[in-house]
Amino acid sequence: MFEAPSIGDLNIAATLPATLLALGACIFLLVDLFVPKDRKYITALLAAAGLLTSLVLALLSLMNIIEFGSGETAFAGLYIADQFTDVVNVVVLFTGLMGVLVAYNYLDRIGKQRGEYYYLLLFTTVGVMFMGSAGDLVTVFVALELLSIPLYILSGFRWPQEQSEESALKYFILGAFSSGFLVYGIAMIYGATGTTEFRGIWLAVDEIIAQDLSSKYLLLLGAGLTLVGLGFKVAAVPFHMWTPDVYQGAPTSVVAYMSVAAKVGGFAALVRVFASGMSNFVLDGATAAAWQDTMWLIAALTMILGNLVAIVQTDLKRLFAYSSIAHAGYILTAVAAAGSAAVTNEAAQAVAIYLAAYAFTNIGVFAVIISVEKDDSSNTGLDSLRGMSRTQPLLAASMTLFMFSLTGIPLTAGFVGKWFVFKSAIAADLFPVAVIGVLTSLVSAYYYLRIVWLMYFEEGEPQVYIPWPLASAISLAVVGTLLLGIFPYLLQEMAQDIVLAFGR
Amino acid sequence: MPSDFAPISALLILSVAVSLIIVFISRLLGPFHPTTRKLSPYESGMQPFGEAIRRIPVKFYRIAVLFILFDVEVIFFLPWAVVFRDFKLYGLAVMGVFFFVLMIGFVYEWKVGGLEWD
Amino acid sequence: MKTPEVAIELYILLSAILFIMGVMGVLLRRNAILVFMSVELMLNASNLALVAFSRQWANGDGHLIVFFVITVAAAEVAVGLALIVAIFRTKKSIDIDALHLFKD
Repeated sequence: MFEAPSIGDLNIAATLPATLLALGACIFLLVDLFVPKDRKYITALLAAAGLLTSLVLALLSLMNIIEFGSGETAFAGLYIADQFTDVVNVVVLFTGLMGVLVAYNYLDRIGKQRGEYYYLLLFTTVGVMFMGSAGDLVTVFVALELLSIPLYILSGFRWPQEQSEESALKYFILGAFSSGFLVYGIAMIYGATGTTEFRGIWLAVDEIIAQDLSSKYLLLLGAGLTLVGLGFKVAAVPFHMWTPDVYQGAPTSVVAYMSVAAKVGGFAALVRVFASGMSNFVLDGATAAAWQDTMWLIAALTMILGNLVAIVQTDLKRLFAYSSIAHAGYILTAVAAAGSAAVTNEAAQAVAIYLAAYAFTNIGVFAVIISVEKDDSSNTGLDSLRGMSRTQPLLAASMTLFMFSLTGIPLTAGFVGKWFVFKSAIAADLFPVAVIGVLTSLVSAYYYLRIVWLMYFEEGEPQVYIPWPLASAISLAVVGTLLLGIFPYLLQEMAQDIVLAFGR
Repeated sequence: MPSDFAPISALLILSVAVSLIIVFISRLLGPFHPTTRKLSPYESGMQPFGEAIRRIPVKFYRIAVLFILFDVEVIFFLPWAVVFRDFKLYGLAVMGVFFFVLMIGFVYEWKVGGLEWD
Repeated sequence: MKTPEVAIELYILLSAILFIMGVMGVLLRRNAILVFMSVELMLNASNLALVAFSRQWANGDGHLIVFFVITVAAAEVAVGLALIVAIFRTKKSIDIDALHLFKD
């Protein structure tokens, strides 16, 4: 007869950082209703405190001081608590904290200081955390929606401003379209394997390959549709069209957070679904997984298009939208490398390292853009930085550091990320993609260093507005970018325990 | 099996054919003298007025959205109620968590004035 | 009376047709509400495939996902319609070709 599970079997302790934040977000939502309109700093502080608590827990777990479970599953296989989970948690919680810091004064300036902003941000963070720890396709889907739906609202947070509304509607329509593909992909994978749990899929794939069942074509279709769905989320070419418009129109504080969080979530899910669930999906005696060719092709296209189109941009937010597309290409290179069985874990480590490095740098960049932006969301052109080194030497120096990091110049975090990504690509025999990556990095130097040139060698009187939360966010980003760049072993240490594959 | 579909396909084809034939025959044999009165839409003998498609106040839309959110949650309650006895205390606890989250949404909706008509 | 068995391929074929109709609707329609309805059609095509596969494999996992898909679709409807109403108030139009503030 049927045996009822007990609450102890759920292993809730293993999910503590994520569930704590989810509970916190729900409670802050209630608390905020009783916070008067002119004291919304209380909600902001509560959100920051909640993020900080989870961040400390996740950091402790990352450094193996307390273990919430190493490789254990919770909620009957829906949640995996391993090293990859910890890295994703730390990165996204830090991003969330920075997101609150850069948002507080910005919201005051645009006259939208509302408590909803903070807990929607918390819900998005929870969504990313669950994506990084997904042990099942159901978790991937629900977490993806938990990540996306608050972001649609946040993009339109500046209503009735036309740009904000338009970007929200575009993001929403394409986001919903992509989740349609994802669900159909999940349905096909389920049809081919009979399960939605990654371990079950992994075992079923082994059987399909061993017996050469015709359901491998169904699985191939499922993998392709899932790739389309997640490709939209991480803004990979040819599914990148929404990115520039959404980044340009949405409030800059939202973009600062979204450009990192949505990418972390999307890539965490890509790693979980493809590298972990289907790394053994090898067709016709090939050496690498069947999805590897498509993945590296998309990676190459993304790197080329992102970097080339970024050159001609004159609006900072739009320029960094294309830059973020280009960086998605670099990370996709590592995801493609994960298709070769021998380098799966190394590639997953490279993804985690790159995401951590990218998080610090990119949120810093957008924090600088927030400081020059006017209250009516104008003045985000390249000109707004002209001559910044005269009036704001520290800010100009920080921006220079971020530019160096995004280009991938040694002694910055970006270099470490690129190093590991290209190393994993070469280890997986994807030599041409690594070459494309290095060449496009050279191209990207042009538009990143042009910004440095503008700040130091041209005349201008930029007006900046830097309250202390924004200043502390920029300082944190600078410290992070330098620290990870000068001591790469920090990242390496953090990522080296990432082991994804089942049964090896 | 395809043969199972034979009766329903026959019905489909027959009904389409019969309705086409009737329309065709009545057009062929019946007299055709249009007047304004005959061509106007039938509204129980009243004079038709206004547009056929009218705009509805946006308040109704808000009620509809709030309704659908809480309505859809019922699909989780129904299967739970069916197996409630087997799950014992565990089922009650899990549904308690679900209900807690749902109630947070309800309290929020109430407090921000989503339930007020004006 | 014996209930006729319908082959799984027919269900999947139907779901594929619905899915492609949804995709074409999103790509070809210009009205935001109709685009949005096409997205819902894509989700429901997936639901049909999931339920059919669930019967094929004789386990409940497919049904489980369908529940979540329905709930998430409802949440998407709420947010999406709110966005469409907001943009209608500003622009007096929900034609997605009217969204052209940003250009390269």
